[in-house]
Amino acid sequence: MIRVVLPPHLRTLAHVGMEVSIEVQGAITQRSILDALESCYPMLRGTIRDHDTQQRRPFLRFFACGEDWSLESPDHPLPQAIAQGSEPFLVIGAIAGG
Amino acid sequence: MSKVRVLVGTRKGAFVLTSDGKRERWDVSGPHFAGWEIYHVKGSPADPNRIYASQTSGWFGQIIQRSDDGGKTWIQPGTPPGEQKAAQQGPPKGESNKFVYNSSPENGGRPLTTHQWYDGTQHPWEFKRVWHLEPSLADPDTVYAGVEDAALFRSTNGGQNWEEIAGLRGHGTGPRWQPGAGGMCLHTIVLDPSNAKRMFIAISAAGSFRTDDGGKTWRPINRGLKSQYLPDPAAEIGHCVHRIAAHKSRPNVLFMQKHWDVMRSDDGGDSWREVSGNLPSDFGFVVDVHAHEPETIYVVPIKSDSEHFPPEGKLRVYRSRTGGNEWEALTKGLPQSDCYVNVLRDAMAIDSLDACGVYFGTTGGQVYASRDAGNNWAPIVRDLPAVYSVEVQTLP
Repeated sequence: MIRVVLPPHLRTLAHVGMEVSIEVQGAITQRSILDALESCYPMLRGTIRDHDTQQRRPFLRFFACGEDWSLESPDHPLPQAIAQGSEPFLVIGAIAGG
Repeated sequence: MSKVRVLVGTRKGAFVLTSDGKRERWDVSGPHFAGWEIYHVKGSPADPNRIYASQTSGWFGQIIQRSDDGGKTWIQPGTPPGEQKAAQQGPPKGESNKFVYNSSPENGGRPLTTHQWYDGTQHPWEFKRVWHLEPSLADPDTVYAGVEDAALFRSTNGGQNWEEIAGLRGHGTGPRWQPGAGGMCLHTIVLDPSNAKRMFIAISAAGSFRTDDGGKTWRPINRGLKSQYLPDPAAEIGHCVHRIAAHKSRPNVLFMQKHWDVMRSDDGGDSWREVSGNLPSDFGFVVDVHAHEPETIYVVPIKSDSEHFPPEGKLRVYRSRTGGNEWEALTKGLPQSDCYVNVLRDAMAIDSLDACGVYFGTTGGQVYASRDAGNNWAPIVRDLPAVYSVEVQTLP
């Protein structure tokens, strides 16, 4: 199982806790994780990636094993620790606003 | 006994305020969707338990919420909460947040992909948020959404899916539309109760538009408007209309609060004349019409476009009983010193009790109510987040 940590507002929207575990088929990439996440929690569609363009929303970033993967290709394989479930894939909201 | 339900959208959530017909004591529920910007909440005239809300965020985009029990519980239409694992089955879910512009020639006459940017160059249309939700007068499952960047969408299945009414953007003037300081938003939708095919909309800063054929074709209705910030003050489009209101018994008579000027049309928007009269400032955002007196209208004057607060620090609603030009200040119960809040365009509403109640919200978080058509005022709540919108439902 792949572990995904969500920012607080998305936890409320999906009625889940800080972390969810999801099954992901095939290569473990940002795209495959987010596709599986949105499939399990369809209320999150459009909130992390633009509904139409599938681009990452500008105030969100993706982290894996302490590194920022936001600007990497969404199809680039993520570290083994993510694929094995020993580390979570983090969706982080920018600290901004009031 | 009748009841009223006031629906309040704020910068940090939605609130539902309820009272009996006396409108003396109020129950406050909320915040719903705590922490999110709630641009608008509005109930269906055809089914008062059906309420739609626009929940939006700079981080997470647009969410449409729907209640089928008068605001007690909410769902994202078509996506029951807590659903998991079985999501692959059945029709696509999570579509209620999907607002995609339709630039198909079949729908708009011709593809339209750009509008005017602040610097005069052309800029692609980019969906940002839903400013206004207008439920159908007859069908609880049909609802219109006015969005930024300016366009009109419609759902006919209770908000599960949205389709752009592309004839508006495609009618020809779209490339000349430009954003105001608050963005290029379609913020006003007025449905004609006597003619289901007729609708009025307003866009900042493009102006007002009308369809007479259910949205297929549109035309600007801005003749008589004068905006000194335009190279041609009487231009066909480019006016920063803030709000339009009409009485249900006289849909041909429209009242408008423009960026500057309060205006009136007696011919469905074909022509407008100024009725600012003796107002202390004719800048403002809200305008609304008395429930039972079609010539009685309300505005809240704001000092100027750079000083978004009441003149002299006195929060005054102005009422005209003559359809404009002659205005009286309504001040009893409202702060008459050191008040520097704003009242935004969707933040006034009027119930249909006798005497009608008038409600408005401020950017300071107060929601004021008058249960005698404006003569006396009292706050229902004083300390909400900045109020974006106020709507009221009169319930049996």
